[in-house]
Amino acid sequence: MAEFSLPKNSKVQPGKHFPAKDAKKPRTFRIYRWSPDDGQNPRIDTYEVDMASCGPMVLDALLKIKNEIDSTLTLRRSCREGICGSCAMNIDGTNTLACTKAIEDCASGDVKIYPLPHMPVVKDLVPDLTHFYAQFASIKPWLRTQSPAPADKERLQSPEDRKKLDGLYECILCACCSTSCPSYWWNGDRYLGPAILLQAYRWIIDSRDEDTGARLDDLEDPFKLYRCHTIMNCARTCPKGLNPAKAIAEIKKLIVERRT
Amino acid sequence: MSANGPQYDVRKQLRNPLKRARGLGSAQSGVGHWWTQRVTAAALVFLGIWFVVTVLGALHADYATARAMIAKPWNALLLVAFVLAMCWHAVLGLQVVIEDYVHTRWLEVSLLVLVKFIAVLGTLATLMAVLRVALGA
Repeated sequence: MAEFSLPKNSKVQPGKHFPAKDAKKPRTFRIYRWSPDDGQNPRIDTYEVDMASCGPMVLDALLKIKNEIDSTLTLRRSCREGICGSCAMNIDGTNTLACTKAIEDCASGDVKIYPLPHMPVVKDLVPDLTHFYAQFASIKPWLRTQSPAPADKERLQSPEDRKKLDGLYECILCACCSTSCPSYWWNGDRYLGPAILLQAYRWIIDSRDEDTGARLDDLEDPFKLYRCHTIMNCARTCPKGLNPAKAIAEIKKLIVERRT
Repeated sequence: MSANGPQYDVRKQLRNPLKRARGLGSAQSGVGHWWTQRVTAAALVFLGIWFVVTVLGALHADYATARAMIAKPWNALLLVAFVLAMCWHAVLGLQVVIEDYVHTRWLEVSLLVLVKFIAVLGTLATLMAVLRVALGA
């Protein structure tokens, strides 16, 4: 069966408490901690951070904790402006980017921070995305053509055809959507998930790509594509405001279209 | 530890992650299932309303009246259509539920077959009953 409860060695336990000294505006962060090296169960550590000397975003608070309170806290981050997708994590119950999520926008009370759901954890807030990236590679996400490249210019695209990529090209592969999808939780080994299917549609709909049929062939599978049950968590959680569910629906429509 | 189970640790594998991601490739099917599920759903919108209205109309009717009602050609036809669409739709839906949640392979395959057997038997039994009434056996 699908596993609905955590295995014994994954049960989360209460962790350490780091109180703030002389904080003017304290805010409490409760953060998931797990290390592969100490043989311990995961725990929730509690950090009090002084908002008077902290930036506005959740990432600012995480880096302040790492710099000033507990240097062992492990997380991925890079661009700090929502374009690299590194700091995707579950904040305040929703998958999003720590760098674009304002602490103010979290529900009042403690800010709860977990790694992306249902992924193997490498350490603390760092999930193992190996399989996710391999799935991305499996759709061959590049321009596939049969015609030779024009000798003296790039392959051209009309402004109307370029518009079709809007809402798709913005995807940064942060994995927020795929890891919010129950279908991906239960069948992620075979289901490609919303992020990869949106990327697949980005190439299917590209006017310059000439391998549309083969792309649809590769997707037409009860598990790769049809595990999508339009639950819509993907569209709700996307930190870039994209709609992977719609892209998946468009793929399904094209597959029906070519047989009727 | 199954090759695809939840305990699968990709970092302990010698093979490239792409091997697992590409798996056995595309089954080149699934659209038939998906489309049939939607077509039967659309049919059930109308047949379902008709069925509820008809059953409500048969409330408090005695056996002879109810039997005569089913024996009417239109009612018999629509009842057969309703049963076919409903069982077909139910099989498709249950198949998805089982594939989603039952990850013990032998149990999954057994359940998939069992559901189909039960649906076919149920459908045939209902059809026989309706036909016997409609054709006056």
